[in-house]
Amino acid sequence: MLKDNIFKFSAIGIVAGWLFLFALLPLLGIIVFSFLQHDANHFYIWQFTWQNYQQLLSLPYLKIFWHSIKLAFSVTLVCLILGYPFAYCLTKLTPKYKSLMALLVVIPFWTSSLLRSFAIITLIQANGIINTILLNLHIIHQPLQLMYTNLAVLIGLVYNLLPFVILPLFANMEKLDLRLLEAARDLGANQLTVFMRVLLPLTRSGIFSAVLLTFLPAMTLFYIPDLLGGAKSLLLGNVIQMTFLSARNWPMGAALGISLTLIMSLLLIYYLRSTPKQQREAL
Amino acid sequence: MKKMLQRSYLSFIYLLLYIPLFILIVYSFLDSNKHFTWQWYHVMLADTQLWSVTGNSFLLAISAATLATSLGTLAAIVLIRYRFMGKAILSSTLMSYIILPDLLIGISLLILMHVFNVTFGYWTLLIGHVTLCLPFVTIMINSRLHDLDSSLFESAKDLGASELVLYRQIILPLLFTVIVGSWIMSFTLSMDDMIISFFLAGPSFQVLPLYIYSLVRLGITPEINAICSVLFFATLVLIICSQWSIRKR
Repeated sequence: MLKDNIFKFSAIGIVAGWLFLFALLPLLGIIVFSFLQHDANHFYIWQFTWQNYQQLLSLPYLKIFWHSIKLAFSVTLVCLILGYPFAYCLTKLTPKYKSLMALLVVIPFWTSSLLRSFAIITLIQANGIINTILLNLHIIHQPLQLMYTNLAVLIGLVYNLLPFVILPLFANMEKLDLRLLEAARDLGANQLTVFMRVLLPLTRSGIFSAVLLTFLPAMTLFYIPDLLGGAKSLLLGNVIQMTFLSARNWPMGAALGISLTLIMSLLLIYYLRSTPKQQREAL
Repeated sequence: MKKMLQRSYLSFIYLLLYIPLFILIVYSFLDSNKHFTWQWYHVMLADTQLWSVTGNSFLLAISAATLATSLGTLAAIVLIRYRFMGKAILSSTLMSYIILPDLLIGISLLILMHVFNVTFGYWTLLIGHVTLCLPFVTIMINSRLHDLDSSLFESAKDLGASELVLYRQIILPLLFTVIVGSWIMSFTLSMDDMIISFFLAGPSFQVLPLYIYSLVRLGITPEINAICSVLFFATLVLIICSQWSIRKR
């Protein structure tokens, strides 16, 4: 018995200790830091201030938020438009092909996103494959400037995040009873009604997981705009990274990090509020 | 007709997903005049810095995956089998770390390590990567434990097994596949992680993604095509192995 208790408490102690030291404490640290003053020589000084949060509400930062949310929203939307029908078609395949085809989505899912961003560069750069084909077909006469534009960042993010939309939606639709759709059709619903009133509500939690898995990364994957967008497209993630590592203004960076967490929490609260308990899915 | 439409849409998305990777691999075999060459692979093999950062990445990924899998298994067991004070805090911290952006893990640990005056390098990266992987491992193992029949544990206890024996003889063998699966997942997460490493790496310990990133930023050298192609095939082999081990069970 005593031995069992020793085991039990040491197990709890190890897990709780790790989480306290390396998860809770650092998060508390960020909150504390976001109220400290910036000092050019020491990253920060121990003096309370609201200044960082006031600055968050100033025009340049609001612009960044707006730009970042707009881009993340478009990325999520494009991913959903491409991924939703794809996941649906995938569930319609015969079991024999289904697992193989799902594996073909898992492969890019697990491939390093840096590698995939680089693949996009080889595709769209001035002497890349798209320009070479278009030039040889005489559709264009000088190379298209795709690199270092907002479009390039959008393409890069969509390419990187598409599997993150497809997989949760696929998992969600797999569990769906497809007879419900037939029943709706038999009862006289047209295609649009079936989609809007039956399929969409039933796949709600899948859509939400997909949104969560794309929207937040689309704001934080700072190396993708870094590589594809030059300095023109600043994401929230880029600003946080630069505030920390180039400007070395840690308190401001911490405040920006907190604002990112707030966006995340708002998304979650919206989901919990709008979805009845039995429909929620473990995320 | 409808089937045709569905099939062609599926193929269209697969093409979108795979064409960039395919082109990357083709380019790795082309010289500046678009002739076949092994040149870039020779350059890659001769790059000593590449070898040292790859070694670092492997060392880091193996240790992070092993530590994260052990801690995660322990966490899953603790969450399922025991009641204790602060359990709700523990489980909600774990759950929130699943959706918490990597960037926040990076900057929060950067602050912590700086306050405690830790030198940035292997240890800071290890802590960052384990913290990144831990919640995923816990979830995977937790859901497997849920599926197991809990009367198994009770009968073992009734027959006089101590907790330690129960774990060693019953729970761990039953969890073997999912433990292997979560180890592989943690390994890949750690190998691919760029964001956390960006904040926690030190000058003494660089990792592969950061090295590739610096190469890409310096300008496109065809050597990256070769490195990326090799990486892609390594990922492919890893995924196929893990799928195969799941099937086999």
